[in-house]
Amino acid sequence: MSGGLYSTAVKDFDKTLDLTKVKPYGDTMNDGKVQLSFTLPVPEGPEAIEAAKKLMVSMGFDNPMVVFSKELTPGFTFFNCYGSTKHTVDYSNIYVPKVESTTMDMHECDEYIREHIGRKLVVVGASTGTDAHTVGIDAIMNMKGFAGHYGLERYEMIEAYNMGSQVPNEEFIAKGVEVGADALIVSQTVTQKDIHIKNLTELVELMEAEGLRDKMLLICGGARITHELAKELGYDAGFGMNTYADDVASFIAEQIAKRKG
Amino acid sequence: MQSKLGLDEKKIVHAKGLATRIADDVQQFVDQYTTVAVERTLCRLMGIDGIDANQVPLPNVVVDKLKEEGVLSEGVLYYLANAMVATGLNPQQIAEQVAEGQLDITRLAPASKAQIDAVLEPVINASLERIRSRRHRREQYLNTIGEGPRPYLYVIVATGNIYEDVIQAQAAARQGADIIAVIRTTGQSLLDYVPYGATTEGFGGTYATQENFRIMRKALDEVGEEVGRYIRLCNYCSGLCMPEIAIMGAFEGLDVMLNDALYGILFRDINMQRTLIDQYFSRIINGFAGVIINTGEDNYLTTADAIEAAHTVLASDLINEQLALAAGLPEEQMGLGHAFEMDPMQENGFLMELAQAQMIREIFPNAPLKYMPPTKFMTGNIFRGHIQDALFNMVGIWTHQGIQLLGMPTEAIHTPFMSDRFLSIENAKYIFNNMKSIGDEMEFKEGGIVRTRAKEVLDKAIALLEVMVDEGLFTSLEKGIFGDVKRPKNGGKGLDGVTHKGANYINPFINLMKGRK
Repeated sequence: MSGGLYSTAVKDFDKTLDLTKVKPYGDTMNDGKVQLSFTLPVPEGPEAIEAAKKLMVSMGFDNPMVVFSKELTPGFTFFNCYGSTKHTVDYSNIYVPKVESTTMDMHECDEYIREHIGRKLVVVGASTGTDAHTVGIDAIMNMKGFAGHYGLERYEMIEAYNMGSQVPNEEFIAKGVEVGADALIVSQTVTQKDIHIKNLTELVELMEAEGLRDKMLLICGGARITHELAKELGYDAGFGMNTYADDVASFIAEQIAKRKG
Repeated sequence: MQSKLGLDEKKIVHAKGLATRIADDVQQFVDQYTTVAVERTLCRLMGIDGIDANQVPLPNVVVDKLKEEGVLSEGVLYYLANAMVATGLNPQQIAEQVAEGQLDITRLAPASKAQIDAVLEPVINASLERIRSRRHRREQYLNTIGEGPRPYLYVIVATGNIYEDVIQAQAAARQGADIIAVIRTTGQSLLDYVPYGATTEGFGGTYATQENFRIMRKALDEVGEEVGRYIRLCNYCSGLCMPEIAIMGAFEGLDVMLNDALYGILFRDINMQRTLIDQYFSRIINGFAGVIINTGEDNYLTTADAIEAAHTVLASDLINEQLALAAGLPEEQMGLGHAFEMDPMQENGFLMELAQAQMIREIFPNAPLKYMPPTKFMTGNIFRGHIQDALFNMVGIWTHQGIQLLGMPTEAIHTPFMSDRFLSIENAKYIFNNMKSIGDEMEFKEGGIVRTRAKEVLDKAIALLEVMVDEGLFTSLEKGIFGDVKRPKNGGKGLDGVTHKGANYINPFINLMKGRK
């Protein structure tokens, strides 16, 4: 490891920031430093370390360093590595579709609904399919909310129904119809083998088949959900990591106001 | 034992008395009923196994037949015994003939009580002997190769493929794990049957099947002999097949089972009558088989707030304890659950977690408590997550927990990689060794944060139990007393599988297994 610890290697690369050619930053602009860890299905030893370094070279790293390796069980070796990537990214030319609404806090949102819509909005939420996790839908719906953001149940101008987990898509839609929902929000936590995609797609198809798709906003959320994915699947919006009830409520309020006006 | 927290012994006795009254009330109800799951379990105890041409398990075929004929209330043993007397066939052959439509066991001449007892006795004895020999095998291992020190290191495998699970489980055992839990595929708890055979496809986990149990048991015995330490196998006696999974585990040498009286009601929306009847028989079996049960109170804190709702965990542990005692399950097999789930940004959160863990330890001194790691506030910042798990491990060793369910730095991202498990086990082993005797060295200041917190939680739990004694468990659950989840007594899944016991109903296993070895 001595080579990497107090490196005296000449840093002869251009150290000015160029947003069309951005590289990872360790401690010097454009040094390209990346840390990564992975396991190879090979026994430990010098050959294993060499294999890890070669793999990193193939991944586009200069100066690959294996700083730690450990055989987890016979035939599987774990590596902690550093390297400098050759690759750059053009940050100046990136487009990411985002949910377009201004996020209001609970009181602003209630006020907005009173002023622009003049009645309570009805929102039904559930974790659908076989997904047994309620953590996502609870974070958005529950009175208490999550990380300091109150859930929809606490909003004066939102009538919120949380159906919990493992709700079949048919029951979810039926509930939406029964209570005259303005929006359906569906949470998906389990994403192994893309089961969430199948389930989310089925929900959209069912709603289209029943001629309900235009009658309600359809929103999905979860740690692995992005707005882009949601739009692709035919949803009005998708909310991923680090989004809260206020983001969802603001979006619903603005969209319903827009449809009304 | 002198309380390090200065807890009032009289209050603890009072709390346990309240929980006993709540459990007795439930037990009076349970004793009068049976369920399709209990009856299928009896089929399995009679040696019925396998599937029909449509992949339906034969225990389902037989029990569904009784249900169709409207005679489930008389119980499957009565009809099987009649059929054995009438045909001379064994239960498996009878089940196969029922599946093929060659035999209607509900239309045979009734045998006498003496004939029924005589024909059942050898089959019952063979089943009990099968379970005993499994239990002896475990004890034999514990007496020869021994086991790891407590807290046991508990890790999960969840690839969906039992053969891949074996690789992951053996790796974990070599790294230091003491208990391997094979997480079930999402949705299995809502199946009203147990799938058959080895399986290689699952979502977020692997199907619990008797064959999968057998495959993993063999793999853990192999690796246990290699590392010189018995490796326990854990699965899930929950959902609609609670007692069936229990009997399969008893036959195949499982050591630990998630087996909560209330979890399925709250978090899987299974009907409360169904679950309370099912948990009784499953716990009788687990008690007899020497299986440690784990309860799921930790889950309350994923839906309710960990600070505000801490007393609901204690109250539920007290009820779970009494329901388990009613099923003859000894304290030494009660892995009562609790968790380290406070917001890491909470000032002095560590001290409150320490207080609660020590409190649970003192209130259940003989139980191998199951302590759950942070999950709700694991964010994807794996580096901070690893530290949260370290604090959790410190509380675990400090307060002498029985089963430490290791947190993974990648919680909330994916089911564990082989390397995630390694890092978690390394974390726990480091802390358990480096801080080994801290609990024996440290005392808690009188009037300090820790003692005050413990007292407050116990007082609130007692207040809650007092309300529940008046209302009963069913009404309390309807009001959303645990986990902020409300469940109606006649709602949820599986109620149509519940029936009142009829005049001919027999289940001799209850007396033969309850509270025995």
